[in-house]
Amino acid sequence: MDRNEAFAQLREAAVEVLHVDASAVTEDARFKEDLDADSLALIEFVMALEERFDISVPEEELDGVTRVGQALDLVMAKLPASA
Amino acid sequence: MKASPSPGCGRSDLHPRVTVVAREPAARGTYVAPTRLPVRFGGLGAALPEQRVTNADLAKRVDTSDEWIVERTGIRERRVVAAGQGTSDLAVLAARAALTDAGLAAADIDTLLVTTCTPDQPLPSTASFVARALEVRCQSVDLVAACAGWVYGLVNAASMLSSGVSTTTLLVGAEVLSTWMDPADRTTLPLFGDGAAAAVLTGGTAAGPDSPGLISWDLGIDAEACDLLGVPAGGSRRPSSAATLADGGHYMKMQGQEVFRRAVRAVEASCRKVLGAGGVGAADIALFVPHQANARIVDAIVPRLGLSADQTMMNIERYGNTSAASIPLALCEAAAAGRVSDGDLVLVAGFGAGMTWGTALLRWGYDGSGPSSPRTLPADL
Repeated sequence: MDRNEAFAQLREAAVEVLHVDASAVTEDARFKEDLDADSLALIEFVMALEERFDISVPEEELDGVTRVGQALDLVMAKLPASA
Repeated sequence: MKASPSPGCGRSDLHPRVTVVAREPAARGTYVAPTRLPVRFGGLGAALPEQRVTNADLAKRVDTSDEWIVERTGIRERRVVAAGQGTSDLAVLAARAALTDAGLAAADIDTLLVTTCTPDQPLPSTASFVARALEVRCQSVDLVAACAGWVYGLVNAASMLSSGVSTTTLLVGAEVLSTWMDPADRTTLPLFGDGAAAAVLTGGTAAGPDSPGLISWDLGIDAEACDLLGVPAGGSRRPSSAATLADGGHYMKMQGQEVFRRAVRAVEASCRKVLGAGGVGAADIALFVPHQANARIVDAIVPRLGLSADQTMMNIERYGNTSAASIPLALCEAAAAGRVSDGDLVLVAGFGAGMTWGTALLRWGYDGSGPSSPRTLPADL
């Protein structure tokens, strides 16, 4: 899966879980300030990513993740290289 | 590895007989597994401390606000006992209310199960104090499974009633969590409250396709994560001492976000398993009574299961998380409000420290005169 495909999936998850417009979900968007996502919403969002991408994201890996692009980086690093 | 089970690969197996009849909810509305363990609710009762602590009250003590707490938890206030009051005080009041509703005397019960994780004291059992107050000498024991405790108790009670070990069981869920709260911890302080609720349970008629009782259930534990939530001191490993007192080891510690994640996953998977085993679809459920830990957990679970808010009983805004008391307290209020009738399918699901979970699908059968509003434990008693 390339970054664009992954981003499309991530955006769908954000729209579904965070109840935001797709247009608001950009790589630069900040979860807290721009997407109005508090810590529990972020956990829900990560759960949705885990399910969509079949990956596991321990809580400590979320430290410092404040923007959508960083979450995408995290997902890309966990996806099998061949996929 | 992920410690929480994903749907279809849960770690705890259902009762083998139930697993045999398991099928997908594709048969929605057309197939319901026969009742496996007959159980009827002879009476229901609840009890709450008089003192209300609102979010505004908490905001005077720690750095928080009503808005912050409501947004993250759904809780607006909780009940808190007065100094010197214990879990058994609430348990006894709730027990008496349930017995009255059932039209029974305490002497009519032959089993007393108290589910609590906040005993009056380390020894003896809280059931001892309840038995003393009720003046009963029947088999009496505490059952500890934290917020899943009452569902564990329900399944165990039903099993005892079916096997003849008991004919009339008083199942109490009671907690005083307020005394475990770190007064300086803004993350746990708003979440928990005190309360109790009780049910008189009887075996009823033999199990049949439409008879009241447990259709399917799932009790389990994700023990790999058991350190996420607990009270580290005051037990045998770290007995109370000046050092444990100084480091606050006697207060509850919780890694809330990870508990949240595991709760959503485990409860969803467990409910799916139980609904599947009962051949029941979400639309068939008259009432879903989830453990009232955090409205956000329930908000996440309900749509995942295809349930609606209308099917779901919530009272967390008034009581916070009362652990083993939360499900029977909610059930009691739902019954008093006429939200459940004989023959209805009711799904109850608890999840908490351990990390334990307990889910049960039951066909409702109630013989009481109608549960009254929760009794009040006066602060000056």
